[in-house]
Amino acid sequence: MTNTMTKPSEVAQEPQNNRAMNPVAAWHRHRGLKGALFSLPFFALFLFSFILPFLYALWESLFVLKYSGLGLDGPHPRFAGLTQYARAFRDAAFWSGMGRVALFTCVATPLIMAFAAVEALLLDAAKRSAKKAYRFLLLVPYMVPTIVSTLVWVYLYSPDIGPLKRFFALLGFSVDFFSPQLLWVSMANLLLWVNVGFNMLIMYGSLTAIDPSLYESARIDGASELRIAWSIKLPMIRGTLLLTGLLSMIGMLQLFDQPLLFRSASPQTVTANFTPIMTIYNYTFSAGGDYNYAAALSVVLALVIAAISAVVYGVTNRKGK
Amino acid sequence: MAQQFMKPRYGKAADGSSTAARSRASKWSRPGVLIGLVLLTFYSIAPLWWLVVSVTKSRVELYNSSGLWFGSQNHIVENFRQLFTYEDGIFFRWMGNSILYAGVGAIVCTVISIAAGYSLSKFEFPGKKIEMALVMVSFLVPTALLTLPLYLLFAGMHLTNTVWAVLIPSFVNAFDVYLAKEYIDGTVPDELLEAARVDGAGELRIFGQIVVPMLSTPAATIFILTFVLQWNNFYLPITMLRGSDKWTLALGLYSFMQTKQSSLFDPTTIALAGSVVSIIPLAVVMILMQRFWRSGVALGAVKG
Repeated sequence: MTNTMTKPSEVAQEPQNNRAMNPVAAWHRHRGLKGALFSLPFFALFLFSFILPFLYALWESLFVLKYSGLGLDGPHPRFAGLTQYARAFRDAAFWSGMGRVALFTCVATPLIMAFAAVEALLLDAAKRSAKKAYRFLLLVPYMVPTIVSTLVWVYLYSPDIGPLKRFFALLGFSVDFFSPQLLWVSMANLLLWVNVGFNMLIMYGSLTAIDPSLYESARIDGASELRIAWSIKLPMIRGTLLLTGLLSMIGMLQLFDQPLLFRSASPQTVTANFTPIMTIYNYTFSAGGDYNYAAALSVVLALVIAAISAVVYGVTNRKGK
Repeated sequence: MAQQFMKPRYGKAADGSSTAARSRASKWSRPGVLIGLVLLTFYSIAPLWWLVVSVTKSRVELYNSSGLWFGSQNHIVENFRQLFTYEDGIFFRWMGNSILYAGVGAIVCTVISIAAGYSLSKFEFPGKKIEMALVMVSFLVPTALLTLPLYLLFAGMHLTNTVWAVLIPSFVNAFDVYLAKEYIDGTVPDELLEAARVDGAGELRIFGQIVVPMLSTPAATIFILTFVLQWNNFYLPITMLRGSDKWTLALGLYSFMQTKQSSLFDPTTIALAGSVVSIIPLAVVMILMQRFWRSGVALGAVKG
């Protein structure tokens, strides 16, 4: 019915009584509600798989499993307020995992960003005819499934079949890539290999959007190519650098897949509580299924990541202005 | 777009310049760029070269020969035979599961996201602002943090260890909705919708016959980004799925690495063959649809 109506403006121009505006408003509203139906599937699923689990975790984190009586009928959840959170704040293993990952993130993120920026600048400076081929080759690691790239690097590092140990032995070094000292270097290299291409692509995209006449005038003023890259290109893509840096930082704080696979190669160095997410996983499945505590740890980790993101965003944004 | 800009060639601008800085730049920048790119390309390709070489070797040669070149005899057929017959060909099952989770997940996610993006772009309704805010905020929520709560919720509903435990979360992607909304904002004119309404077309028909055909680019982009995300997904399936018949390729490969430390059977050659096979579908999809995911990545970065 609404569809066969004439234009709303015509209706509005004929005020026959006080309710003249209402059909128009109703018509718009009716259409708006119909339009809202298009987002209903998304919104319903969003509530179900984002909001509801989050609220559920908050709720679960308020309980403690207690054995009642003789404990013969299994543990029962009992309301315990913030007890689990108090426990989380005193949990040395969790916080040392957090510190380990935070420190690693602080070192590895800038490294990956710098590497990606250099790649993007080199690609931007390459011959036009060669650009496409290089861009493709540099993106090859992005096309490899995460699990495969980790597996391949674990094998490359492996003392039995990996060529890297033999290579360093030729140079006169005895290297154990899974030793406590080198483990982080090994992992940083893996994450670099996996992530650099994707970040490079985003930065390169921003670089191509810069007006090239800017470089022209800089060249006339006698600026070298290196100087142009440093003083024009990089500042122009500052927003992109910030965004990619923030995203890869958030990603790295949730480190899970890579350390878990490293753990199968070197269980004594990579402990079960090596990263915060691993701790949560461990409490859920290995350490007696303490869901309530794992839920509390999830909430704490979410708050920590939100706080770090906010601080980093605030600081980097201010510095640039 | 990149090609539209005629970039001045390096070195050219320095022609006729007399300053030392300028001639130095023109002299060294070209080979410098080339050397840098060649080294970086080597770094990206070399590990895969090792994988290709190693998958052709027998177990003995894998441990005893140099990893950089092929062994004395080609063992690739035997390695793949072992992979495909491992536990009655469970590898095919994992492959099928991965294709199911990633394929179905990506298709449903694309449909849902485009419909939601259309709704947010072209209609006014109560709650729209809240919905939009939720979409933006959820960008910043690390998905790994939701996995455990999701597990607890699904466990309560007896959904864990079912296909749905992996599929349902993959249907929802706030970034894809944002991508669709941005694209529709820019390409679907209000006048067109208005004209169709005047002609008496219903909202569902307008969406299906006018709007959707205009959206092949964002649809392909959302499909490929979601497909890659789900193909790579590890934390969600390892949390949700217990039985090996429901596993993905990623979980299967992980189980190969787990066996190594616990038994006498050394699955290294099988794991390598499995790695090669798991790369292929993803690489094929990504190469065929390069144009789309590149534009999606770029759009996300510029606007996000």
